[in-house]
Amino acid sequence: MIRFLLRRLAQSLLLLWLVSVIGFAVLHLAPGGPLAEFTLIPGMTTAQLKLIAHQMGLDRPLPVQYWEWFRRMLVGNWGRSYRDSQPVLDVIASHLGPTLELMVSSTIIAILLGTWVGVLGAIRRYSVFDYLATVGAMIALSIPTFWFGLVVIYIFSVELAWLPAGNLYTIGNGSFVDYAVHLISPSIVLALVTIAIWSRYLRASMLEVVNQDYIRTARAKGMPERTILFRHTIRNALLPMITIAGLQLPTLLSGALVTETVFTWPGMGRLFLDSIGYRDYPVVMGILMFSAVLVLLGNLIADLLYAAADPRIRLD
Amino acid sequence: MAVAADITPRESPKRRARNRALARFVRHRLALFGLGAIIVLVLLCAVGPYLWPYNDLRIDISHRFAVPFMSAHILGADALGRDLFARLMIAGRVSLTVGFAAMAISTVIGTLVGTVAGYFGGAVGSMLMRFVDAVLCFPSIFLLLALAAFVQPNLFTITLVIAATAWMEVARVVEAQIRSLRERDFALAARVLGASDAHIMFRELLPNAIAPIVVASTLNVARAILLEAYVSFLGYGIQPPTPSWGNMLNNAQEYLATAPWLALLPGLFIILAVTGFNFVGDGLRDALDPRLDIT
Repeated sequence: MIRFLLRRLAQSLLLLWLVSVIGFAVLHLAPGGPLAEFTLIPGMTTAQLKLIAHQMGLDRPLPVQYWEWFRRMLVGNWGRSYRDSQPVLDVIASHLGPTLELMVSSTIIAILLGTWVGVLGAIRRYSVFDYLATVGAMIALSIPTFWFGLVVIYIFSVELAWLPAGNLYTIGNGSFVDYAVHLISPSIVLALVTIAIWSRYLRASMLEVVNQDYIRTARAKGMPERTILFRHTIRNALLPMITIAGLQLPTLLSGALVTETVFTWPGMGRLFLDSIGYRDYPVVMGILMFSAVLVLLGNLIADLLYAAADPRIRLD
Repeated sequence: MAVAADITPRESPKRRARNRALARFVRHRLALFGLGAIIVLVLLCAVGPYLWPYNDLRIDISHRFAVPFMSAHILGADALGRDLFARLMIAGRVSLTVGFAAMAISTVIGTLVGTVAGYFGGAVGSMLMRFVDAVLCFPSIFLLLALAAFVQPNLFTITLVIAATAWMEVARVVEAQIRSLRERDFALAARVLGASDAHIMFRELLPNAIAPIVVASTLNVARAILLEAYVSFLGYGIQPPTPSWGNMLNNAQEYLATAPWLALLPGLFIILAVTGFNFVGDGLRDALDPRLDIT
């Protein structure tokens, strides 16, 4: 167990290092560069630009710049935002809350709905419901998140006027209900893809479990179908889903960026988009690294949880 | 799972067999529907603009926000009075071209990386595959935006950028295939006969891995069309006035209350194209993989 953990940690660190090299290369080899913002200022001379580049350390060779950045990152100094000179980690931290709220609430919706659809599809295999769920899941995976967001806004905010069209809360109204109401639409929008994926995998997992000997044993002992379903089938079918949930993190983060844009939600995704617009390299790099850490951590935690939940799995 | 027992054992075998046949038929029909949708869309976008009286860029301010089905602008007009149907067809050319081209490029990159990694294995293979893993650590939209924001956006660069974020799945599929094919007798025979590595890789092994590549690249077209829509919607893809299904939506949100069709219609075209490729890809997977039972 300890050995497994150490090996996985070492692998994750190696991947993170690769991620940092790729991210740094992408941002710094691209034309334009961090100086692009300054060239737009009227009256800026080449000499001044050179001075700025020197002061920002941009005139040094790339490997040196990378090493400087990497060394500081390891001790928690991720640089300062070009936009407002705030430390990158502080900037990310201040936008993390809304994104996590959105991800957690949409995951809860997705797991509840996806489990219901997946279980029902597996129990009534080849039924009309099952076909609709199968086709519906494939269509759901083909819908652009931003378009679904616009449709939800149109129906629930414009036509029915039930839900707000965006933002974290109504200014001047900080009540819990107000927060919760604002969370509904974006969570549903972000949940769509996860519902589709979750229900498909769970259905397959259910069908795998019903062929197991212990289900036959349970049935042979005369256990009621309902008890078999809830106590044995669903519980066991949910186990491998822990891994699926871990693997969904990158998709969820991508979806969050788009959802946040449509619903003017002040989270990390919007921060990323804004930072790209401002050519704010340290923040862009910081968010890329941060999301990679989240993804790797998610996978690691999923593996550990799976091992903890299923005693048949031996980690070594 | 060749013969999967149903959860409800009361169901008669006869009914189950009939239902499975039905499942095959429906699955097949979905693939046919997908193919049909793709053909119709491609024809519409390729030929349609020549037959349609309106130009996609012609501004006609007196007809701005024309409502669909109410005038000669059959699908309505946008904020500048440009005909929406004409724009959707031209946008379709852009989006479908990006989809196909990005698929082709990402398939070539993915196949090359996967073949080399799978064939040589060892240090080279694991280095290449770790690189694939590392790229997959980035949420795709984040990577796509980071790349797209720093290039001069046009059809060519956006296609390259999308291909650069979509080749990893193909590489994984191909690597797994080649790694197992390498151990087969025919590969060994080729090696004994003195065939070069390149010959074994591309002449002996790769043709046997074509089926999963075809499936993966069909699904990749769907993915590329979606990614183009995302990046264009977010403002870093195909730039106006050239329409693409994605960028037609980027100021549609402003007019959601007064002209909702501006947001709805491009999205429906995207969904039609993407489901089309997804259905075909899924059908191909069922058709090409004999081990897979239809579930």
